[in-house]
Amino acid sequence: MKQNNLYNYILSIADNSLILGQRLGELCGHGPTLETDIAGTNISLDLIGQCRNYYQYAAKVQGEGKTEDDLAFLRLEREYKNVLLVEQPNDHFGYVMGRQYLFDVFHLLFMNDMLNSKDETLAAIAKKGIKEVSYHKRFSGDWVKRLGDGTEESKAKMQEAIDDLWTYTDELFDMTEADKAMVSEGVGVDVSKLKEGYYKEVSQLLAEADLTVPESKYFTRGGKKGIHSEHMGYLLADLQYMQRTYPNMEW
Amino acid sequence: MSKNWPLWEIFVRSKNGLEHRHFGSLHAADAEMALVNARDVYTRRSEGVSIWVVESKDITASNPEHNGELFEPAQDKVYRHPTFYDLPDEVKHM
Repeated sequence: MKQNNLYNYILSIADNSLILGQRLGELCGHGPTLETDIAGTNISLDLIGQCRNYYQYAAKVQGEGKTEDDLAFLRLEREYKNVLLVEQPNDHFGYVMGRQYLFDVFHLLFMNDMLNSKDETLAAIAKKGIKEVSYHKRFSGDWVKRLGDGTEESKAKMQEAIDDLWTYTDELFDMTEADKAMVSEGVGVDVSKLKEGYYKEVSQLLAEADLTVPESKYFTRGGKKGIHSEHMGYLLADLQYMQRTYPNMEW
Repeated sequence: MSKNWPLWEIFVRSKNGLEHRHFGSLHAADAEMALVNARDVYTRRSEGVSIWVVESKDITASNPEHNGELFEPAQDKVYRHPTFYDLPDEVKHM
């Protein structure tokens, strides 16, 4: 395939939205309150909507007659290139909001940069998504603050989530082969340059939330290369079940 | 402390130029959260351009038991409706 790098690049962005959307989707009907349940599902649908745009574009670039559904539902675990952060489980509401916030800050910085992409389709997707992602960040950041600055129990749980998820943050800024190639063509976002601003912003909010910024310098990585955590297989089993059991099913 | 968050009444303006209308109620810990929740619960299908939230306890409501004395006396006073005028044809939308 001529545009292999572009194809891989689009998929890596799409997979982050798909997998995080799926994780949030698992909570549909199980949110702590009706209001937060609907809010989480709204965010999930925003993300699924975004990844559809990416997959449609990736299928076109690939040019093998595949559809967005083929790409979303029928790849093998190793072929998904999302970061480890987004596949982490919904252990408790603190994890859900912590994971969301740690991703949202990155996501908004990323989209703001992708606006300037020479690739018109990617720039257009960013333009449409920025408002959604801005709201996601406002919502999740607000909850991190509320829980961190809340009761003794909520603070402990929020801190636990941030401590556990912190190890997955550095991978957001890793540059894959496809990343490097796309940056050099003016198409991709140089994520390594987003790192400083990211940690500054996150640390500032954690301080406002009366939470401690983890000091650990050990970071876990692998998702961007297709090497996922033990949670990913279960997630994909849920996600892919329908298409695998009833091939080409539509509704 | 009550286990539930307080109840809020939600008013939404569906487009500019129209008044805010009561849409329903929801639970939230404070006004800011009530706004965010209202956005997600009541405007996710593009129903609105502006939201007001009021804590339900701040609304003073008339007592349904008093409906007789409050509202029935008005029922036989049809002359209070402006229906006894001949409207010129030029006046529309009345």
